[in-house]
Amino acid sequence: MNEVMLELTLNLGFIILALAFIFTFIRLVRGPSLPDRVVALDLMSALSIVFIALYSMASDQAVYLDAAIGLALVAFLATVAFARFVEHMAQQQETSKDG
Amino acid sequence: MNDLIDILLLIIGLFFILTASIGLLRMPDLMVRMHAVSKAGTVGVGFVMLAVANHFADFGVTVRALSIILFLLGTAPVASHLIGRAAYKIGVPLWKSTVVDELGDYYNYKNDVSKQRGDLYDPMRWWQGNSRE
Repeated sequence: MNEVMLELTLNLGFIILALAFIFTFIRLVRGPSLPDRVVALDLMSALSIVFIALYSMASDQAVYLDAAIGLALVAFLATVAFARFVEHMAQQQETSKDG
Repeated sequence: MNDLIDILLLIIGLFFILTASIGLLRMPDLMVRMHAVSKAGTVGVGFVMLAVANHFADFGVTVRALSIILFLLGTAPVASHLIGRAAYKIGVPLWKSTVVDELGDYYNYKNDVSKQRGDLYDPMRWWQGNSRE
């Protein structure tokens, strides 16, 4: 009984996750600014981590969690790199205004 | 019993995740969107990871799940701070109902910063403006 309910919850979770992916993707396409898109990508990587976790529960394979760890590490680095890039844009603008 | 705890944790986590994505879609302003995403996203992933740890009931899996939670709790504030500061610097417009802009009084470039805000709002305009010089 409980196992069936867990399976139902996992299926519901996949549906909710798909909805969340769609919402995030709409924001990623619509923008309107570059940091909006970076935030959307950040949330998308979190959603992928949750997807991997749900999948590892659904298939009873704990090995997939290693991929989730790697994804968490890479997502942080990507966000930091994007932030540096945006900040670099601001500095370039300032120097071009001075001259 | 174990499965029931799993279901409870999963439902809490998925609720937070759905809230985060709806907030990202519907909120009016970058800062407000970041508020929805960085808190709700982190808590959602945390609850789902707790469900995974409870489901497998294995030492290695628990350590992995807890390490993911700790890592996200450590890095999410740093990442959103970086993005928010960079967005403020390039002048992403604030919501029109914003009451307080405390940083606006302190963030003085050599030129008048109030005239610069919004210049870099559109990246493509930035590229074109840069190539014209």
